[in-house]
Amino acid sequence: MSNIEKNETTPGFKAFRVFNIIFFVLFTLICFYPFYYLIINSISANDLSANGLINWFPRKIHFENYVQVLQLSGLGTAALVSLGRTVIGTALTVIASSFLGYMFTREDMWHRKFWYRFVVVTMYFNAGMIPMFITMKNLGLTNTFWVYVLPAIVQPFNIILVKTYIESLPKSLEEAAALDGATTLQTFIHVILPSCTPILATVAIFSAVGQWNSFQDTLLYITDDKLYSLQYLLYQYINQASSLASMVRNGGGVAAVASAAQSQTPTSIRMTVSVVVVLPILFIYPMFQRYFTKGIMLGAVKG
Amino acid sequence: MENVIDNQKESEALQQRRQQHDKAKRKRSRRMWLLIVPFLVLVVAFSYYPLFGWVYAFFDYEPPIPLRDSQFVGMQWFKMMVANSTQVRQLMQVLINTFAMSLLNIATSFFPLLFAIGLNEIRNKHFRNIIQTLTTLPNFISWVLVYSIAFAMFSTNGMVNDLLQNLNVIAAPIKFLDSDSLTWIKMLLWSTWKGLGWGSIIYLASISGIDQELYEAARVDGASRFQLIRYITIPALMPTFFVMLMLSVSNFLNNGMDQYFVFQNAFNQTHIQVLDLYVYNVGMGQNSLSYATAISMLKSLVSVALLWIVNIVSKKTRGASII
Repeated sequence: MSNIEKNETTPGFKAFRVFNIIFFVLFTLICFYPFYYLIINSISANDLSANGLINWFPRKIHFENYVQVLQLSGLGTAALVSLGRTVIGTALTVIASSFLGYMFTREDMWHRKFWYRFVVVTMYFNAGMIPMFITMKNLGLTNTFWVYVLPAIVQPFNIILVKTYIESLPKSLEEAAALDGATTLQTFIHVILPSCTPILATVAIFSAVGQWNSFQDTLLYITDDKLYSLQYLLYQYINQASSLASMVRNGGGVAAVASAAQSQTPTSIRMTVSVVVVLPILFIYPMFQRYFTKGIMLGAVKG
Repeated sequence: MENVIDNQKESEALQQRRQQHDKAKRKRSRRMWLLIVPFLVLVVAFSYYPLFGWVYAFFDYEPPIPLRDSQFVGMQWFKMMVANSTQVRQLMQVLINTFAMSLLNIATSFFPLLFAIGLNEIRNKHFRNIIQTLTTLPNFISWVLVYSIAFAMFSTNGMVNDLLQNLNVIAAPIKFLDSDSLTWIKMLLWSTWKGLGWGSIIYLASISGIDQELYEAARVDGASRFQLIRYITIPALMPTFFVMLMLSVSNFLNNGMDQYFVFQNAFNQTHIQVLDLYVYNVGMGQNSLSYATAISMLKSLVSVALLWIVNIVSKKTRGASII
């Protein structure tokens, strides 16, 4: 037996490996089980879920909860608001990050270094929650959709990511475009943008998750319930689930359902809305995981 | 003679052309700058202009009365923080909570490192990928959703109490959420649940960057697996660990608000109120915008100072800045 194999099979290391695997299996279960729990409860009979009887497998599966919850006044609007801010906010951040990232590589721009620092230094200070609130009020942005989007457009960190990426690309394409007489914008759109897609995917996915999950801005800047985001609505639902349940039961615009299995309970409302909020993340995350991982890596290189 | 004049003419023309060229270039570089002006406006509006909001800390501002009609009160709000013993006690408690949460997070900041080392020891690649995907997932859900999960699992008729009662471990349900016992530890556990897997990714990447020949050489020399970890892996991860540690030190006062806001209730108020939450509760809840601005201003200044100090320490100790 060689040295190497002997080292792999010492009793101490074997014990470590067993313990290690047990730890990771347990922790993975702890991370994933809550999501599973929400899903099986939202599709099981409501009288069972309300009494905490659904722990491992769904029982008496039905989808009535989704039909009813989606008709809750406010949920449709909030879903639209959240979707809107995610799509528009992400698109604008991607445009801003790529364009500024590119412009800050252009050494022929007027006082490039100064403006670059002017933007990047904002990463390191912040006025604070209340001055920010007063600012939004003064700018007339409270209770508007734009309060979700405008402040998030220029993200110094994303700009640094894109700038570093563009600097790593060969200069020849850009020079060729310049020789062909392309304007700055034409070069940006036809040469730079197509070659930046990997890094822009990372920027987009982080921004999208941030927008979808954002909760504080609704809390601070929005009082108009037509502009509530899904996260904020979920928070309210958790705290008022009992009154909502009785509203749905008494047919608040929804046909009353007689059977106990399908009648809404605070638990069924909470679980179902939670699943509606988390489902996009559950679908998108595994698909785009490599972009997330890449994002943190690039951040680390910079840091 | 003629030749000299010709040369002079030529150089004048050349100069003129160069001047024209410079002028055109300058014009072009200004035009280029004009393209980014809209974005600069956003930066000014949402990063620089809010700093102007700090003046509210020196006025007795009560909306909807505009600032120009508010009374200038000088340092009154700052003096108020230490004016009477109730105020001092409250602020002290908030600071203690903030420090406790930050210290607990710093004390456990080596968890992701251990997590990465452990995960790296798992041989099966598919198994490792599944673990990585599922353990990083909680990082991408909002705190509201974490609270929703907490509510579903830990409320008095939630899954955990149910299970414990069925197993006869406890007789009556435990109030996990509506109580002030071990609030700091509970908050730490939630943030660990949410962030541990994600926090380890940066270390996993560093591990994959370690030169495999180092391991081979050590193995040939008869090093055990533990020794490989102890003498190769851990030292290789130290620079990353140091940066992460410095960053968490510079964020000492910034616990963030979402987590504490969603978990706060009448029972745990005393121990859950960290600075960010306190500023919100005072400013938005009790509508004392000026007082809250004063606190938030001090907090921002201390944070910038911390970042600056940490950066100096980093430069001195490892010769590279973190920002």
